[in-house]
Amino acid sequence: MHLLPVSDTPFAILTSGAKFVSRQTTNSHYWQGVRDGAPFVLVIVPFALLFGVVGTEAGLNIAEVMGFSVLVIAGAAQFTAVQLLSDGAPALVALVSALAVNLRMAMYSASLTPYLGPAPLWQRAFAAYFMVDQSYTVSFVAYETNPRWSVPERVRYYFGVVTPICPLWYVFTYLGAVVGDAIPEALALDFALPITFLAMIGPMLRTPAHVAAALVAVAVALLAAGLPYNLGLLVAGLAGMMTGAQVELMLARHKAGGRP
Amino acid sequence: MISGADLWLFIAALGLGTFGLRFVFLGLVGDRPMPAWLLRHLRYTAVALIPALTAPLTLWPAATGGAPDPARLIAAAVTLATGYLTRNVILAIAAGAGTLYAGLALIG
Repeated sequence: MHLLPVSDTPFAILTSGAKFVSRQTTNSHYWQGVRDGAPFVLVIVPFALLFGVVGTEAGLNIAEVMGFSVLVIAGAAQFTAVQLLSDGAPALVALVSALAVNLRMAMYSASLTPYLGPAPLWQRAFAAYFMVDQSYTVSFVAYETNPRWSVPERVRYYFGVVTPICPLWYVFTYLGAVVGDAIPEALALDFALPITFLAMIGPMLRTPAHVAAALVAVAVALLAAGLPYNLGLLVAGLAGMMTGAQVELMLARHKAGGRP
Repeated sequence: MISGADLWLFIAALGLGTFGLRFVFLGLVGDRPMPAWLLRHLRYTAVALIPALTAPLTLWPAATGGAPDPARLIAAAVTLATGYLTRNVILAIAAGAGTLYAGLALIG
């Protein structure tokens, strides 16, 4: 299953090079985070532009478009909300649907808690505000790969990852709202999001348990895609997590001597 | 479409609700220990949710009205394979984007 040894390459999971392990100052954790977050500029920029365009086309003014990107800072939920509101859905329905799209954030929050839980409350509050798919995934993989990082090192890494991602979300939402339709459709910006997510999946498939979790999650997501309020995603996520946990247990038992 | 104060109320409510979802465990559980079974499940949150989020977007892209698109499917396969083989996200994104533009130019 493994084509490359990964256990000894703590940072190489997400970026090539950067194999220094010891002699790090805490500051270097921040910069390592910046470096690991940098590739996602490629998705944040088009996605934010797109939201600016869609928001203005739906009739929002620039302040309102920016209100979404600064206060909500969650692309998929923002698109869902604007889409439903401009279709004339009741505000409560749009609100519940957009929040349902963000329910996965609660799962991310739980998943980061073992690593960031001991940090001061204000740091956890900022970490929560900046929690997006990219900052969560990149940080989580780094924490799992580097179990000896201290809590302050993890926090610095997290805010490093966030640095190239979140400010650009604001800036390019604004540019999208101002520039509007000038972005040609041939750029196929719609596919920037799937491409970066797909690029993140490969490096995450480190054990058979990870592969099984991903495969089951994909199968359930496709089968349950028709469920309302994006609930298919949550069902698929739970199914994948249960699969991963069970396979991990089975493999551990097998390793321990084949007991049932 | 709501507007004015109603819209701002909506944006604020969505912002607060989203922050609540992000904060609920990180903020409220903090460093209290969580049971082993829960931690075992949480280890697979990313590897389950990100593929689940991506699969429908890949198979049924919004830009084609939900019809599977050969150029996008090939680009998706190249991205996934490059990421898996090289463990390098940037390289995978570059390979995927290159394949997509080549595919769109050739297949249309």
